[in-house]
Amino acid sequence: MLHFFEVLGVWLAALFTFAIYSFLYKDNPFYKVAEQIFVGLSAGYWFIYTVYSILIPNLFLPLSEDFTGNWIKMIPAVLGIMMLLRLIPSIDWVSRYPVAFVIGTTSGVFFLRYLKSDVINQMTATMINPFTGGDWVVVIGQLLLVVGTITGVIYFYFSKKHEGAFGVTAKIGIYFLMVSFGAAFGYTAMARISLLIGRLQFLLGDWLGIIGH
Amino acid sequence: MKRQIPLIITFLVGFIVIFSEFIPQRFFGQISSTLEEWFLIISGFAIILGQLSLFKVNFLKIKFKQPNWPYYIVTLISFVVMVGFGAFWGTETSSGFLGDGAKIVATLGDKPFDYLFHNVYQHLSATMFSLLAFFIASAAYRAFIARNVESNLLLIAAVLVMLGNTSLGSALTGWLPESLKFLHLPRISEFIMKYPNTAGQRAIMIGAGLGLIGSSLRIILGIERSYLGGK
Amino acid sequence: MSAHKQIDRRWIFLLIFICVALPLIFVIGLPIETTENSRLVYDLVQNTPPGSKVILSFDYDPGSKPELHPMATAVMKNCLERNVKVIITALWPMGVQMAEEIHEELKTEYPQMEYGVDYVNLGFKAGGMVTVQAMGKSFRTIFPTDLNGTSINELPIMNGVKNFDNIAFVCSFSAGDPGIKQWVQITHDTFGKPVTGGVTGVSAPAVLPYVNEQQQLTGLLAGLKGAAEYEFMVKKPGTATSGMDAQSIAHLLIIIFIAIGNINYWRNKKKEAKGGE
Repeated sequence: MLHFFEVLGVWLAALFTFAIYSFLYKDNPFYKVAEQIFVGLSAGYWFIYTVYSILIPNLFLPLSEDFTGNWIKMIPAVLGIMMLLRLIPSIDWVSRYPVAFVIGTTSGVFFLRYLKSDVINQMTATMINPFTGGDWVVVIGQLLLVVGTITGVIYFYFSKKHEGAFGVTAKIGIYFLMVSFGAAFGYTAMARISLLIGRLQFLLGDWLGIIGH
Repeated sequence: MKRQIPLIITFLVGFIVIFSEFIPQRFFGQISSTLEEWFLIISGFAIILGQLSLFKVNFLKIKFKQPNWPYYIVTLISFVVMVGFGAFWGTETSSGFLGDGAKIVATLGDKPFDYLFHNVYQHLSATMFSLLAFFIASAAYRAFIARNVESNLLLIAAVLVMLGNTSLGSALTGWLPESLKFLHLPRISEFIMKYPNTAGQRAIMIGAGLGLIGSSLRIILGIERSYLGGK
Repeated sequence: MSAHKQIDRRWIFLLIFICVALPLIFVIGLPIETTENSRLVYDLVQNTPPGSKVILSFDYDPGSKPELHPMATAVMKNCLERNVKVIITALWPMGVQMAEEIHEELKTEYPQMEYGVDYVNLGFKAGGMVTVQAMGKSFRTIFPTDLNGTSINELPIMNGVKNFDNIAFVCSFSAGDPGIKQWVQITHDTFGKPVTGGVTGVSAPAVLPYVNEQQQLTGLLAGLKGAAEYEFMVKKPGTATSGMDAQSIAHLLIIIFIAIGNINYWRNKKKEAKGGE
């Protein structure tokens, strides 16, 4: 029996794989059904894991085991329930309170972290002497890094019209951005092909048994 | 009250989180930690809200017989089945209302929740994203045209990175002598990623970072209020 | 290019399918070359003293499994073989199951390794950046129990782990947000601990600026190639290595498509110019 369900599992997986791939030929009911099963199962998974991984260990267990020591957790619990009231249109304004809390915390943390990591540290990492550190390839690279970052940032400054010397600098910035997008396309192609490889490794290996892992 | 109190909450919470970073008082640190812990719990409820909301939207689509409504029945059934399996017999590591379902595990080899995850969900998800492999190939054929300097740069960078990122790139230029090793395709690809790509991405990162900082301040100070909704 | 001259894209789909499938069946065995970023990740693991504790964060789902799972497996096994204790966390709920799959492998491959002593799975927590920040202040507040519901105080591996001060480094296998960015911003930039990891090919270019002189990120494994490089360095060829031939051929095919697309474009442009005269 166990073996039967193992084999059934592999066949189910293969059938659903083909149901999704059938979209490549044209949209059809098999694809649509598979797509909706995907959405439903995904939502169910999130639901269950949120309850088991967050709400039970971080809220229900502390409250049920030692209420007096953890009564303060009633505040996020109430805010959480207020969040769920968004589903009832007549009183959905109640959910603004927890949303305000979430947005306030996120904004505070984002302000601090992005300032340091994505602005200050990135600028510091660009303030290098390009002429140090090794052979001519590295020197050219570091020059490109400094020039590219500065001109790229200038390109994103839209409060001044891109003309004259400013416009030329912004144009150089675009060239660097284009190289970035090209590189990003190269990596994206690699990523998508990798996912297809993963699927074919399953179909040819686990399902058909033509290749070993 | 419906708008003022949320604005005050946002201001106070944002203010405390930022200032606790600069004031080495333990008291502020503790408040900030407590707020972060609450955030986790409220995030949990937010996820539940998301899933229930999906249920509601699909239910309404069926109720009002919107186009393709029978397919949304499949969505609801899948959702209910997954939640039901998880609630009754738990997951690989958690018990459900009815315990661990030893008999079912002996038959299926897994708990029903995990059986569905491993044999259905996992493959649907992986296949869904792998579809993009086909479309990116087709897009390469149709859209990657060298029309001007910008598109040439885009195209050349893409081709060099694609070649350099495979074993084929190593094989094609592996014969180059040491003095010309900088022309070795994997090295060219590494060079592009390390310098011009990093420069472009860093410019985007700094720009987006500044934007986020500005938005955060506008939200905390109550200038930006769109998150409170229309009414 | 006029519409009627374009070939039916389903032929392109079929060609891609065949070009990926054939090298998987008939292995060519093209060489794998390591890059500096992958070596940095490897060196960080190798230079971590045995007995240290590290966090491996599984921030991905089955949608990115072919790219990230091989590197997560290789890094985790590498850590355990060096007696580096592994604490597993997940910022994505499905990351938990991904880690559990490796756990199943470990049970048979390394029977001497003990759950709770050599490695532990603490499970998923929502909240992204805010939660990682809270973790850095107090691990116990965010993770009162492990995935099985065992109190963190009863797990030997968690003895003495109060916050990021007691961790050697964090390694995130990240398919997007939340993921490696949050670990860099909090664990390295706020708490000063090394962060490394692996990302999908899609996110690699945007994450690379963190690999800099400030070492916001110590190396990076990028996509299937990064995974194959790590498998090569630890001498444990797996699914990433076996997929590299197919990857190479598919890239070549895409480049050929780009070339044909351009030739057609220029040919049509010439024709149009002639017709216009």
